[in-house]
Amino acid sequence: MITAPRLNRREVVTDLLADRGDLVVVAGLGATAWDIASVEDNPHDFPLWGAMGGAAMIGLGLAFAQPSRKVLVITGDGEILMGMGSLATIAAARPRNLRVVVIDNESYAETGGQRTPTASGADIAAIALACGFPHAHTVREAHEIEPLRADIHQLDDLFLAVIKVALTDDPRVLPPRDGAYLKNRMRAALLGPQAVFE
Amino acid sequence: MLSLRLGMTIMMRQNHSDPTRHWAHDIYEVFQAQNISMVSYVPDAGHIDLIKLCEADERMRLVSLTTEEEGVALAAGAYLGGKRAALLMQSSGVGNCINMLTLIKSCQLPFLTLVTMRGEFGEFNPWQIPMGQATPDVLSAVGLIVYRVDAPSEIREVLEAAVCLAFGGYCGVAVLLSQRLIGIKRFVEEK
Repeated sequence: MITAPRLNRREVVTDLLADRGDLVVVAGLGATAWDIASVEDNPHDFPLWGAMGGAAMIGLGLAFAQPSRKVLVITGDGEILMGMGSLATIAAARPRNLRVVVIDNESYAETGGQRTPTASGADIAAIALACGFPHAHTVREAHEIEPLRADIHQLDDLFLAVIKVALTDDPRVLPPRDGAYLKNRMRAALLGPQAVFE
Repeated sequence: MLSLRLGMTIMMRQNHSDPTRHWAHDIYEVFQAQNISMVSYVPDAGHIDLIKLCEADERMRLVSLTTEEEGVALAAGAYLGGKRAALLMQSSGVGNCINMLTLIKSCQLPFLTLVTMRGEFGEFNPWQIPMGQATPDVLSAVGLIVYRVDAPSEIREVLEAAVCLAFGGYCGVAVLLSQRLIGIKRFVEEK
């Protein structure tokens, strides 16, 4: 059996965020935050510089607070594994406007490429399904990205997708790192400019 | 074979001004008045009445967590989206939250948690004591402002001040509900 070359994370994230409209994006600590920054610096982005394991739950809070918007959490395999219990919490809550995309390079790439449990078979999509996610699947090929992008905007239900990507050394593109700025920018984008006076 | 059944008794203190009314009503009323519409928890016996009050309120979003730090991140997301949240936990859960609480200070986010205390006044379980005793210090160390309530008559005033400080001052506030307030938990052996 011939396996296709692994997907490139930057290309995948760029394609997923094409024509995003007012999609709200939370990006987990590390490479996924740099990935979204490499696409653009968008006021609907909340890239994390810490709080490892918290990206999906921040997404849940946003999804509850903004039920008319779609909220996308983009995070890594290491980050989601640290908050694995949150998959059970989120499945139980089942917000229809929340989506979780895990960019899985099977490594802690930021710290030297040490293997994560997904390299040894831990299956995050299966874990999500076992937690009660109504939909979860793993993407390995380029032609699956566009249908996933469409689902992010159109599917009226909670889902998780794992995208298997290559371990790459990408140019580091950093988002703003002042947390108060990121907070105020997101609130102004979602709630209007008066939100920063509240 | 030794067969033991463990039963649990909790002596609940009532509000002095109205002995039929539990202090959890005071907390719930402050939540309502201050637009706290999302409450997450890892349950503790001391929070039973408050959780029941929130469960009965259709306007309140109640989220059961697998670990307390999830509630910190949830509250952050809620505020980014324009809603106010509170996290209910026992003192043993505080240690689970420490790194996630850095989010609150790093982003100057409002954050409110109500912590029912173990490991202090009248504690019988030695395993609760280290975390209970460390709770105020570790919360302060990670940047939260810490208040403590010992008497039911103080709850409303302290909680109102805590909400004002958190959401007006963009900071994290923990209100510790002391073991003296909640009642001393005892496990009774039944043979």
